[in-house]
Amino acid sequence: MSVVIEQPRSPRSRKAANWEKYGWMYMRASGALLVILIFGHLFVNLWVGEGIKAIDFAFVGGKWSNPFWQVWDGLMLWLALIHGTNGMRTIVNDYTSKEGIRKALNIALWGICAVLVVLGTLVILTFDPCPANGIAANLPSFCPAR
Amino acid sequence: MPTKPAGTLYRGKVGMWSWVLHRITGVAIFFFLLVHVLDTSLVRLSPEAYNAVVSTYKTPVVGLGELGLVAAILYHALNGVRVILIDFWRKGVKYQNVMFWVVVAIAFIAFAGFAPRHLIHVFHLG
Repeated sequence: MSVVIEQPRSPRSRKAANWEKYGWMYMRASGALLVILIFGHLFVNLWVGEGIKAIDFAFVGGKWSNPFWQVWDGLMLWLALIHGTNGMRTIVNDYTSKEGIRKALNIALWGICAVLVVLGTLVILTFDPCPANGIAANLPSFCPAR
Repeated sequence: MPTKPAGTLYRGKVGMWSWVLHRITGVAIFFFLLVHVLDTSLVRLSPEAYNAVVSTYKTPVVGLGELGLVAAILYHALNGVRVILIDFWRKGVKYQNVMFWVVVAIAFIAFAGFAPRHLIHVFHLG
């Protein structure tokens, strides 16, 4: 079995940090923040103005020229990916019966999470709204090439 | 005269089904998130690459899928608040059943407001 439930009324052991407790707390803390971050994200990207129709490179370039949206999206990236991966870990722990498969799935989940967090963070931090390789018409209006 | 047990929070009824829905919507949102980080990362490659991929988000089929995504996010977010209230609010357990229907009502109203506006954009009716 993947989850060991302690004997009731057994003395509390203080050998290791209680990671399950921290995970439980993280889901609630990040969840509360994500409600604000994601509803804000949906409002600005899908509701305001032309919604989905208006989303293109120039739209993203305009947003990420502002540190406010870089921080907003960076927070959303980290909190949501870790929240989602931890939720998937819970599901894997619930429904797998073979220890090897459970371990393999969880390693795959956290591996994917790490790759996407690093990728997304690098994209937000190294993003250039006016790249030289872009067709001028596709660039934000504040770019010199336009 | 023995009284029937008052029932549990999770077995059957609203407590269980709200949990099932929370799982299903959570998994759906997780897989979208993986794709969404990858498609957004294309802005680092070239404006043309990003615009080509994001244009698929404006097609009717994906546009309808976005409605499903927004519905899933509305439910998962609001029911998540309900879970937090059950855990931390003194009267949370007592009102968990009512809170579920409040979640459904708010999600439904928000969805009813969003869906027509989004469909107008996707199907160029504006």
